[in-house]
Amino acid sequence: MQMLTNRSKAVDRHPMTVWEKMYLPAIAKGMSITLSHFFKKKPTINYPEETRPFSPVFRGLHILNRDEEGRENCTACGLCAVACPAEAITMEAAERKEGEEHLYREEKYAAKYEINMLRCIFCGLCEEACPKDAIYLSETFAPSNYKREGFIYGKNDLLIPDPKKEPELYQKAVGERARKK
Amino acid sequence: MIQLAIDLAFVLEKAILIGGIISVSLLVAMYSTWAERKVAGFMQDRLGPNRAGPFGLFQPLADGLKLFMKEEIIPNASNKFLFILGPGLAMMTAMMTSAVIPWGKQIEIFGRTVDLQIADINIGILYIFAVLSMGVYGIMIGGWASNNKFSLLAALRGASQMISYELAMGLSIIALLMLTGSLSLKTIVELQSASGGWWNIVYQPLGFLIFIVCAFAECNRTPFDLPEAENELNFGYHQEYSSMKLGFYLFAEYINMFMSSVLMATLYFGGYDIPFVNDASLIESMGMNMVAVLQGLSLFLKAAFFIFVFMWVRWTIPRFRYDQLMHLGWKVMIPLALINMLITAIVVLIKENGWPF
Ligand code: SF4
Ligand code: SF4
Repeated sequence: MQMLTNRSKAVDRHPMTVWEKMYLPAIAKGMSITLSHFFKKKPTINYPEETRPFSPVFRGLHILNRDEEGRENCTACGLCAVACPAEAITMEAAERKEGEEHLYREEKYAAKYEINMLRCIFCGLCEEACPKDAIYLSETFAPSNYKREGFIYGKNDLLIPDPKKEPELYQKAVGERARKK
Repeated sequence: MIQLAIDLAFVLEKAILIGGIISVSLLVAMYSTWAERKVAGFMQDRLGPNRAGPFGLFQPLADGLKLFMKEEIIPNASNKFLFILGPGLAMMTAMMTSAVIPWGKQIEIFGRTVDLQIADINIGILYIFAVLSMGVYGIMIGGWASNNKFSLLAALRGASQMISYELAMGLSIIALLMLTGSLSLKTIVELQSASGGWWNIVYQPLGFLIFIVCAFAECNRTPFDLPEAENELNFGYHQEYSSMKLGFYLFAEYINMFMSSVLMATLYFGGYDIPFVNDASLIESMGMNMVAVLQGLSLFLKAAFFIFVFMWVRWTIPRFRYDQLMHLGWKVMIPLALINMLITAIVVLIKENGWPF
């Protein structure tokens, strides 16, 4: 028969030799292999203490951005929700009142903004769609939760800390990638 | 009156000894479960349990707590009395072996010399075999009382496996007994630790090999863990068990493992003998109690090594098929043990009577 590749190997069906029948040499060989693994360095990453380094383009949990003065960028235009292939984003718009200029950058803002992390496929299309630089995918992923409702992230989960009031937390949330911009 | 006082002290001494040895065995069994998972992890390039306490050292406690908290289920169709008796019997027979093992030479407390052995009966080995073969009842009764065909099948497997391997084990021991001429474990250890005496492994390498293989089979450890073959019998004879009754079965396995490790160390590796040191002269220089502690430690280390070997083999070798197991037991182990016995007998005879030709 013609071989398609030269990688195939015939099954070895020769009767066992006395040496092979004794089992013990084979067992000793196996045990030396397992023992050598015993002393090998373990590839385990102890998760909560150590974390796996993510690539700079990793798409993780979303953050809703603020500008330098700590105002929310999002104007509730809904482009992200339209762009989202998984239909994970819902929002409710509201109009900015007099005296709220220090809270919201635009005249219209999202009163409610929810992302269902169980639906989200972390494609990043919302980030690309946003005209206001308001949504980013960060470098963390959603922690586990006991309930499905726990995965629906509201505005207080998503909003980035205020750069004026909590500059350190803000820097941490911004992460490596956004800082370069 | 004096007679009575001495007896009371004797009873107290033995009671303390029994309590101590039982708690040590339980502790060792507890930490064997931890060690087993650590060894398994390390051999598979993992870390093993490391969350409960430093290095996961509280893991056995957590496991025990979990087992206690689990719901206690007794199947309706089971024989309730036997169902409860099964794990108890398994545990009891596992613990009973420790009675005749010498854990050290002697200690001196309050002017009394205390043997570190619960009972120095002159048929120690026979006693161990008797208790070991009773261990099969734990499995049999548990499997039968569950009224589950898989459990019954597993119990039958366990019983036939234990019986077949006990034969070879007994034969390999007979060769050892011919050498030592005594059934008492204490005498066997003393012969090995006497100055000029070698450990029995030197005289009986083949016997030891047979013994260790049979010990694996007796403890139902891989590669002979057919009674609890998860993929063919669901869970084996303890399938219907839950809560601490299951825990008892699993625990009994680890105690058995510890006991057979101690037995191997005692029979073939000099027992409590400290290697490369003359114990008698050490007693003179360091005092009896100190040496007894060292001896206990030495036995313990030997046993720990064998426990490690048990685990090492478990995570290396896959399970035997049932016919292979029987083939190995009846057609390989027993003839080998017989040959070993024959050779030993000839050598012993020649040694005693000189070359006859
Ligand atoms: S990352 Fe993709 S799936 Fe997730 S919310 Fe944004 S657009 Fe939707
Ligand atoms: S996040 Fe961006 S795209 Fe989405 S509603 Fe706000 S401004 Fe519009």
